[in-house]
Amino acid sequence: MRIGSRTSGVSPRVEPVPSPVIEAADLVKTYQSTNAVDGISFEVAPGESFGLLGPNGAGKSTTMRMVGAVSTRTSGRLSILGLDPNEHGPEIRSQLGVVPQTDNLDTELRVRENLLVYGRYFGIPRAVVAKRADELLEFAQLSDRAKAKVDDLSGGMKRRLTIARALVNDPRILLLDEPTTGLDPQARHILWDRLFRLKEQGTTLLLTTHYMDEAEQLCDRLVVVDKGAIMAEGSPASLIKEYSTREVVELRFGSERNQEAATTLQGVGERIEVLPDRVLIYAHDGEAALNEAIHRKLEPITSLVRRSSLEDVFLRLTGRSLIE
Amino acid sequence: MSVVASRVGVSTASVVDFDRSRRWGAWYVAEHELRRIPGYKWSMLATAIGSPLLYLLAFGVGLATLIKTGGTAGIDGVSYAQFVIPAFLCAGAVGTATEEFTFGVLLGFKWNETYLGMNAGPITPRQIAGGHILFTVIRMTITSGIFLAIAMAFGAIRFPQGLLVLPIAVLGGLAFGIPIAAYSTTIREDRGQFAVIGRTIVLPMTLFSGTVFPITQLPIWLQWIGWISPLWHSTQLSRVAAYGHVEPGWLTLVHVVVLLALIVVGALIQVRLTVKRLNR
Repeated sequence: MRIGSRTSGVSPRVEPVPSPVIEAADLVKTYQSTNAVDGISFEVAPGESFGLLGPNGAGKSTTMRMVGAVSTRTSGRLSILGLDPNEHGPEIRSQLGVVPQTDNLDTELRVRENLLVYGRYFGIPRAVVAKRADELLEFAQLSDRAKAKVDDLSGGMKRRLTIARALVNDPRILLLDEPTTGLDPQARHILWDRLFRLKEQGTTLLLTTHYMDEAEQLCDRLVVVDKGAIMAEGSPASLIKEYSTREVVELRFGSERNQEAATTLQGVGERIEVLPDRVLIYAHDGEAALNEAIHRKLEPITSLVRRSSLEDVFLRLTGRSLIE
Repeated sequence: MSVVASRVGVSTASVVDFDRSRRWGAWYVAEHELRRIPGYKWSMLATAIGSPLLYLLAFGVGLATLIKTGGTAGIDGVSYAQFVIPAFLCAGAVGTATEEFTFGVLLGFKWNETYLGMNAGPITPRQIAGGHILFTVIRMTITSGIFLAIAMAFGAIRFPQGLLVLPIAVLGGLAFGIPIAAYSTTIREDRGQFAVIGRTIVLPMTLFSGTVFPITQLPIWLQWIGWISPLWHSTQLSRVAAYGHVEPGWLTLVHVVVLLALIVVGALIQVRLTVKRLNR
């Protein structure tokens, strides 16, 4: 036994602050004969908050698993903290915090115990884990639930506990796969606040989402992913600027009349998009476009002028909505 | 709050000790599973204490009188209770192992998904498989240890040679359980496979492994069940330790080799399948 001889380790050390912390080039993952991820390339700098935005089945989670060093890539290059996950999976994983799409907390343990057992996996001494567990419960606003059963927590609380667990090793990168999917609006806002604090403190975040508002709030930079490939890359603001107009008018005429109304609207704004339930006018000045529509004797059931969002970027790039 | 606050602008030394995690990962997995015991300690203890008492009562007092009136002085030169108790101890260990290596394994992969959580951290599939085996060894040692202490207190197993029954029973549990764990690792959907294992493998094995009567009482075309049964090998070995059952030296060696071979081959397959299943 070589108990305690820490100098004998021959494993390559994770180098201090390499830049970038994630480098993916032509990343491919094939299941049977379909490419779930089909040639994705991106880089994430230390301290950056980077997002993968796309609909369900776009290949976001598969990419996350490869970055998380639990799924072997089919081809391409991938480097996490300067190491290849094919060679150094456990070393890389010891420096990551992972929040999976579905919480995999141990439901047979109490809330605080989940943090205690998890911290041990990283070789953290018992006393240190105990102290961190208390601090993280406070961060996750779960201190008063320390002894509760996991199953008695609400969805939002479970999510926050999973995030607390992911932070137990003070990770260099935090991976969040659909962090707020399935939560009610209030729970989402609490979670966003916690994640925003982490971002402010310089934690590197990689997150997937199909919520545009989540991407806009949390991501410095993001890629729009569809069918395993990257459609566009940039900051939320620059993507909106590049692929959409400043404002959007949403008009509802009833499902029978949308197409007909769109024909009448030709020439209003810069672009017209017809969806099953509404017509969108992309325009620099939304109010002016709406006035023009009314001027053309159209009587929409409802009308709304709003700012362009990443949803519009996605629609422009793929011709489909993010949430279907 | 200081956990998170401490990171601002300061290059804090990592709390992670990867070498420790690499060396002790399997133990941390076992430690995790041991923490769950308080949740089911009463049922575990009731089984551990209750079953030897029941067996002693039924076979030491009840059935034994019947066998004596039949005109024999017990079996294998000892009382019927002495003959049967080591077998039940071994069967108990097999029962615990079966539970942990069927439901316990699928719990980690599917129903409670803790294996995915461990594997998202630095814990390797090998450490997960090894840690669960380690935990099961500890659990079998606790329950079989209680059984053994009670059996010794009633004089059904001799002291101190009989202490060897404990490691033998644990070996027998692993020899049966680890190959079953490998099978459990391949199960994606629960369609009652474990109930089928219970009825078509565990039950016949328990009945025909020389537990309640010597295997030689069976017609030759049924004796093969004993020969391939880990339970027969552990039971015969434990009888040697428990009351000095006499058998040729080569046969004792065969018992040990068969048990170890099942454990080693089973563990190799189990680790391979765990690696495969966790790499998604």
